[in-house]
This record gives sequence, structure tokens and C-alpha cells, in this order.
Amino acid sequence: MYRTKEPTLKAVATPYNRSLHRFAVFTACVTFVLIVAGALVTSNDAGLSVPDWPTSFGYLIKVPHWVGGARFEWSHRMIAGFVATLTVILAVWTWLAERRRWLRLLALAAFGTVLAQAVLGGLTVLFYQPPAVSSAHAAVAQTFFCIAVAIALFTGRQWVEEVPQIELDTRRPSLITLTLLSIFVLYVQLILGAMFRHKGMTWLPHVLHAAIVTIVLTWTAVRALSLYSKIEAVRRPAVIMLSLLIAQLCLGFMAFLTRVAWGRDAAQPELPMVISTVAHVAVGALLLATAAVLAIQVWRHVPVAFEELVPSGQRKPVAA
Amino acid sequence: MNKKAWVGALSVLCLLGLWLLVGCSKKETPEEQPAAAPAAAQPAATPIDPNTVASVSGTVKFDGAAPKAAKIDMSQDPACKGANTAETVVADNGNLANVFVYVKDGLGNRTFDVPTQAVTIDQQGCRYHPHVLGVMAGQNVQIKNDDQTTHNIHPTPKDNREWNESQPPAAAPIEKNFAREEIMLPVKCNQHPWMKMYINVVKSPFYAVTGPDGKYEIKGLPPGDYTIAFVQEKLGEQDQKVTLAAKDSKTVDASFKQ
Ligand code: HEM
Repeated sequence: MYRTKEPTLKAVATPYNRSLHRFAVFTACVTFVLIVAGALVTSNDAGLSVPDWPTSFGYLIKVPHWVGGARFEWSHRMIAGFVATLTVILAVWTWLAERRRWLRLLALAAFGTVLAQAVLGGLTVLFYQPPAVSSAHAAVAQTFFCIAVAIALFTGRQWVEEVPQIELDTRRPSLITLTLLSIFVLYVQLILGAMFRHKGMTWLPHVLHAAIVTIVLTWTAVRALSLYSKIEAVRRPAVIMLSLLIAQLCLGFMAFLTRVAWGRDAAQPELPMVISTVAHVAVGALLLATAAVLAIQVWRHVPVAFEELVPSGQRKPVAA
Repeated sequence: MNKKAWVGALSVLCLLGLWLLVGCSKKETPEEQPAAAPAAAQPAATPIDPNTVASVSGTVKFDGAAPKAAKIDMSQDPACKGANTAETVVADNGNLANVFVYVKDGLGNRTFDVPTQAVTIDQQGCRYHPHVLGVMAGQNVQIKNDDQTTHNIHPTPKDNREWNESQPPAAAPIEKNFAREEIMLPVKCNQHPWMKMYINVVKSPFYAVTGPDGKYEIKGLPPGDYTIAFVQEKLGEQDQKVTLAAKDSKTVDASFKQ
């Protein structure tokens, strides 16, 4: 016989807080803009155009002469400052207004992540972009984006008010395992891409691993769509994930052409390279966040059924 | 906040602090003498008899058609109006410029006086002049900004200490030196990403950079057996052996191919 594990993210009686949700959505959107701004810095090789940190050319906030690499680096720093401020507000607000303890902790974790990210950004400047630090900065950026998206999801009306439509998952590996595996392979792919982008590694591992990412994500999405397409909350992120994967493969190919094949002897970052690499980073972030949303929705709607060993002779087991 | 959350937050902060500390202490080792006092504790230079010194000179050629120089687009800064092609391979009529030529081997344990005069890098038209520079370890390099825009000067060495400083228009020159021998040490400006040059830090004064005619000359060498290295930023290194008797004046040419 089957029974479900107690779903951890079940809807407790929490009133929907519209302003908090909107604020969380806004924070997630600005974070996406920040990721694009950060990608522009790297693609334009402008990372060290402002040599000091935490000041910028000696000031905390003063618009520098608006030319060259400093335009990218300075705007990235300012948007980052804005996101950090939003995160502090979000954390305090959630802490005060939210009943769900795990969500309060998640908001606190968002604050911790933004803090770590600022330190990593500073270390990147002060130690002249060591590949490991710059790649960690790239990875933590997307981790933070996923947390922001998750908070936006958890504070949403649908999450708070819906009665989850549950279907038991009896297949192995379970869909939740597949979604977690998707997040893992995407994370590895992010680190391999960042290491190449920050000159700490060749491009080969990233391109080879793209095949694994493609297989795992396709497997996950196909499983979700073939068995649970009735559940809108699962179907939507699965479809988006599959579309983003296709877009990301094309963009990866373009990034490879413009950066590696054609761009080797370029005298400076050229526009086609900047556009394709920034788009590749941005879609990579969306893909990771979509995989996270899918995992969360699967956790809620498609819990794992597991067989309970019933001692023989005991006809009527008592539910735990 | 409850106790667990406090403990969590505090331990994250401690970890970050610790990491920062480790990171900071790693780079703290002084690898470089202060710019103002080069060669303070240098051993006395090994004397060279001026009556026996020899010289070596020659021409560096590029074999085949010169590759087309990559275009530079300076439109992102109106203050930049320099020539707009990259200097990666500069070959005119088969003569290869910007090749660093130096005595790589054969000087044994000789030591040399470090010149008190600085060599200059000029930022003009959002380019570095010269594109390839030679300097002795410990000798000062003076960096000037003649442009109406802010540059940042960022050497990315393998064996010397890395630094990165910005220099606004009309700012005082920056003086630095490099403590260790390093060939083709890249210098770049992250403000203007096409700006690239190379500094070659050597232990002896026996070096030269080929001019637009591909020619170089190294004078004042004591007689001996030497390895002369020719290094080009993209095309790599070639070594040649030469034996110099007293007062010799020999020709050593080199030729690079793509
Ligand atoms: C399968 C899905 C893929 C994902 C999720 C992905 C993800 C990423 C990410 C996140 C980065 C940037 C890391 C950073 O923030 O610094 C990146 C960089 C890169 N990726 Fe991918 N990638 C994928 C497939 C590919 C493919 C198939 C190729 C090539 C054929 C490719 C080529 C590149 C290149 C060249 C870069 C470096 C861009 C640059 O130099 O600026 N990627 N990738």
C-alpha cells in the first residue's frame, strides 16, 4: 500500500500579503537586471576599470566620467547596492509579517547570500579577479536569484491560497529526484561556464557537460509533461524549462562562435560577442531559477509515494 | 531572532571574516621594492672591461604576408582618437617591429647596476607608447597620462606583484618597479579594453626592442658565449646562440612565421 510523506511546504493558514509579494517579485526582477549588468561587466572586460572597493573612484555614490569600462562596472555596483537594500527590507519585512517560520529563515538566508556576494565582489576587485573568486561570485549571484524567485513564489496568492492538487509519484527515479538532479547539473554547468569565462579553465568541460545537462533536463521535463501535465503548476515550469534549454543551447553555440572561434584575435570585446555571452548568462540564470521553481512545485504537487512494509499478519496498520 | 538563527548568522559572518583574513594575508608578502628606492641593497656590479666589449645586432623578419591587423573601435570614449588598428603583429615590408631581444643566457653570475633613470610609458590617444618595453628588475617605470580621460593601468604578471591603479587626466605620473625577471608581462586598461602593452623585466642591461625597420642592437657585452632570445607577444620565442670575442660586432637575424 502507498502513503505520502508529509509535504513540508504545505499551505498553512497564512493570509496572502499582497504588498510583500509584490515587493518580493520586484526584488527578483531587479536581481535579474543585476545579473545582466554583471554579465556586461565580464563580457566587456571591465571588471577592474574601477580599481577601488567598496568606494568607486574614491566615492560611495558619484557618477564617474561616463565612458569606457567604468560605465559597466559602476552601474553594476550601484544596482548591486540597490538589490542589497531591497534584500534588507525584504528580510526585515518578511521577519515581521510572515507566519511561516521557514520562509522567515529563507528571507534571512537571502540577506546572508547578498552579504556573501558583496564580499566576493569586493575580493574580486581587491585581488584582481582570481578565477575561483570571480566564478564563486557568478555562482552565488544565481543562487541569490533563485532564492529571490522562491520567496516571490512562496508569497504568491496561488501558493498561499491554493489547495494543492496532489498526485502520488510511484516511478523511480522519482520526479523530485530528477528535478533536484537538474538543479545539480545546471549548477555544475554554471561553475564550468564561469570558470571558462574567468579564464580559470578551458571551454571543453562546459561544452561536454552541456550534453549531460540536455539529457537530464529533457528527461525531467518529459517525465513531468507526460505524467503530470494536468497540474498547471508543474506543467508551466516544465514547458518553460524545455524552451529555455533550447534557447540556451543556441546561445551557447553563438557564445562559442563569437568568443572562441571568431573572437580569438579581436582587439577588444566586440558587440556580437557581448550580446551572445550576456544573453547566454541571463538565460542560464532563468533556466536555473525555472528548475528551482519546478522542483518546488513537484515537491508540493507530486509527493513521493513509498511502499510501507507491513508486518505479515497485521491486517490493519495504523497510520503514523 | 531565535537562538539557532543567531548562531547560524554569526557562524556565516565568522567564516567570511576568516576567509577574508586568509585571502588578505596571502598577498601581503612584499615582492616588490618601493618605487622610490630602487636597487637600494644591490650587490656591486661585476666590472666589465670597456676595451673588450662586443656588440650584436640584426634584423627580425616576418616570413610571409603580414596578417591583417584587428580593428579597434574607440567610439566608447570621445577622448580617444588614436590609430585604430591593433599592434599584435606589426610587420612592414617583412620587418617585424616590437620584438623583445635579450641575452637570455651566458652572463653567468654577473650583476649589473640598475639605472637610476626611469623608463617611460606614455598613454596617448588611448594607446600605450611604447607597445613593448624593456626594463631592468628594480628600475623605475614612469607612467604618464597625456589623454583627457581616466585610464587604469593594470599589469597582470605571473611572477611579480599585481596592481591596478587609475590615473585621471593631468594626474601626476605613477612610478613603479618590478622585482623579478619576467618576459612579456601584459599590461592593460580595463577602461579601454583595446589598450594592451608588454613590459619585459630583465636582470641585465643587454636587451633591445626592434623598431619599425625590424632592427635591434645590443652593445657593451663582455666577450662570451650567449643565447639571444627573440620574443614576440603572439608569435612566441626563438633562441639563437652566438659567440662573441673581444670587440666583436656580430649580426644575428631572426625570422618569425605565423
Ligand atoms: C546546456 C545548457 C547550458 C547552460 C545552462 C549554460 C550555462 C552557462 C552559464 C551560466 C555561463 C556563464 C557563467 C558565468 O556566469 O560567468 C556559460 C558560459 C559559457 N557557455 Fe554555456 N551553458 C550551456 C550550454 C553551452 C553550450 C552548448 C555551449 C557551446 C557550444 C556553451 C558555451 C559557453 C561559453 C563559450 C561560455 C562563456 C561565455 C563567455 O566567454 O563570456 N554553453 N554557460
